[in-house]
Amino acid sequence: MLPIRVLVAKPGLDGHDRGALIIAQALRDEGMEVIYTGLRQSPAQIVATAIQEDVEVIGLSCLSGAHNDLFPEVMRLLKAQGVNDMIVVGGGVIPQSDIPFLKEHGIAAIFTPGTTTKETADFIRVAVKKLREEPINESDSKN
Amino acid sequence: MSNPSWQKRKQHWLQKTEEFVQKTPERKERFQTLSGIEVDRLYTPTEVTEEISTKIGLPGEYPYTRGIRPTMYRNRFWTMRQYAGFGSATETNKRFRYLLEQGQTGLSVAFDLPTQIGYDSDDAMSAGEVGKVGVAIDTLEDMENLLRGIPLDQVSTSMTINAPASILLAMYIAVAEKQGVEKEAIRGTIQNDILKEYIARGTYIFPPTPSMRLITDIFAYCQQHVPNFNTISISGYHIREAGSTAVQEVAFTLANGIAYVQAAMDKGLDVDQFAPRLSFFFNAHNHFFEEIAKFRAARRIWAKVMKERFRAKKERSHQLRFHTQTGGSTLTAQQPDNNIVRVTLQAMAAVLGGTQSLHTNARDEALALPTEESARIALRTQQIIAHESGVTDTVDPLGGSYYVESLTDQIEAEALAYIQKIDELGGAVGAVEQGYMQREIQRTALETQRKIESEEEIVVGLNKFRLAHEKEPDLMKIDSALAERQIKQLHAIRQRRNQQDVNQKLSALKQAAQGSENLMPFILEAVKSYATVGEISHSLRDIFGEYRII
Repeated sequence: MLPIRVLVAKPGLDGHDRGALIIAQALRDEGMEVIYTGLRQSPAQIVATAIQEDVEVIGLSCLSGAHNDLFPEVMRLLKAQGVNDMIVVGGGVIPQSDIPFLKEHGIAAIFTPGTTTKETADFIRVAVKKLREEPINESDSKN
Repeated sequence: MSNPSWQKRKQHWLQKTEEFVQKTPERKERFQTLSGIEVDRLYTPTEVTEEISTKIGLPGEYPYTRGIRPTMYRNRFWTMRQYAGFGSATETNKRFRYLLEQGQTGLSVAFDLPTQIGYDSDDAMSAGEVGKVGVAIDTLEDMENLLRGIPLDQVSTSMTINAPASILLAMYIAVAEKQGVEKEAIRGTIQNDILKEYIARGTYIFPPTPSMRLITDIFAYCQQHVPNFNTISISGYHIREAGSTAVQEVAFTLANGIAYVQAAMDKGLDVDQFAPRLSFFFNAHNHFFEEIAKFRAARRIWAKVMKERFRAKKERSHQLRFHTQTGGSTLTAQQPDNNIVRVTLQAMAAVLGGTQSLHTNARDEALALPTEESARIALRTQQIIAHESGVTDTVDPLGGSYYVESLTDQIEAEALAYIQKIDELGGAVGAVEQGYMQREIQRTALETQRKIESEEEIVVGLNKFRLAHEKEPDLMKIDSALAERQIKQLHAIRQRRNQQDVNQKLSALKQAAQGSENLMPFILEAVKSYATVGEISHSLRDIFGEYRII
């Protein structure tokens, strides 16, 4: 089976990358191929990199409180580019009360402080497996 | 073995301290335990070897292991300085006034990320970030609103600002002038520590060389015009938050400090002129005794570095003065009230380590910015330590503890080994450019994460003693209409101001940036013309370029 390709991205101006770096390394240790964008990426840059690198998963990390603006913007741009089969997950300092809003916008899961790297890796593996077995086709996404 | 020189030294100290107390009286005439036992100013062994005499010494004396003042908190408590800022300048001004009313003794400004990275609120890069992690400042007008009704000749203000430190300092000076307060009279600190931004915090703008120039320009300008401002706060806090150990925190911070001193001396500044205004900022983490030892070791290393390496003569140049913040990354989102206890222990370590000022984190900071209630409990925590615990009644109560002294020695030795390694890499600037410190920190961060996940390290409420159901407390929300209002206000100022004047001041700044003149006066002029943080930063970006880490 092909290894899972993941883009770990830091949208916005937030400089806290301890979590992003740990996740990137942990997913590599789990056998995934991980690309890390570095700091200060605009949603447009992240989407462009994700498409170029042909990843199956994007992991967004934000600790600055800008998640409600930046995460949905990534989803909007993906859709605009006709991409509807990438799994986007997020993590950071994100209150529980914001999670339903982010899920409505298509974020598959939000990992808040205290989540283990294994939980994150397991979630990604299950989601990718499902996607590989039942790919989303064009007609599904036109809702 | 009796040591006559120690007896003499102690006698001398007692006499000198008596004179000091005449001038700067202690909080009380007599200090007593709750049982009425008299508490002495200082406890020392009767028999002291030469080694202990030089290594541990006496408080207020080189190498300052036991503290930088002879009477420490018997004279006055540390400055209670809670980092605060969110939303608009007017809202933050309200929080400042509230904290001052509640007995806080100094201000500490948190700026939002666009301000910290030199973007205006209406810049595309600022989307979603305006007013989120701190207050949004675009022009001098915002700074006027931020400091409204706060007498700048009486309150000292710390500003967490790095790459655009000159701009925000210039704004502070300009507001003081408007209040009728002279530059010479304002007191405070700017963080102004770019090296740790590259290493751990991420709000850099320019490459290292022009960044070091901006920093040393501030040293030179303040030495002449703003003598009571701490021109830099060399910070280990964020290095620790990024995942370093206590040893790495001390080593990398002091290595950065060495780089700043070297840069200023290379510029031709006299070490004893600028060194007394250098200040430091450390983390207070979980391991109680290691943290206490860390602060003591940092003081001793710095004193030796300044005296032996840089040949500084003034006592003030040898003294490491520092602010402390309790460790944000130790807080859990789970059972957040437990964080109050963590913060108390960490704050206690900072006090037993001899801090000059302290920020205690709020219980809900793993979830959001603190609510007013959480911020108040955090401040009360410090007040309880200061007024109720009695640990402030004698100087360096743990001095001489076999354990603490041994830990202090060990941290010193291990930190010195790191500093030597960094010297070999060409000093902190070279080491940062090679990614050395970044890699070291990442390695330990990953190790810590593994230990927590394998439960080798227990975090209460997180990997042990969990609750089946957690109820999230009420959290602070930033008004989402804020950004729009801020942008509207910014556009109004752009309309109102004299654009020709702004253009002139910005082009003068750009021209100066191409040469080697001190940039502070040019930035001050630009700020007074109501040029924005973004415009000034962009002018400098045009000349200096931007730093990129891939």
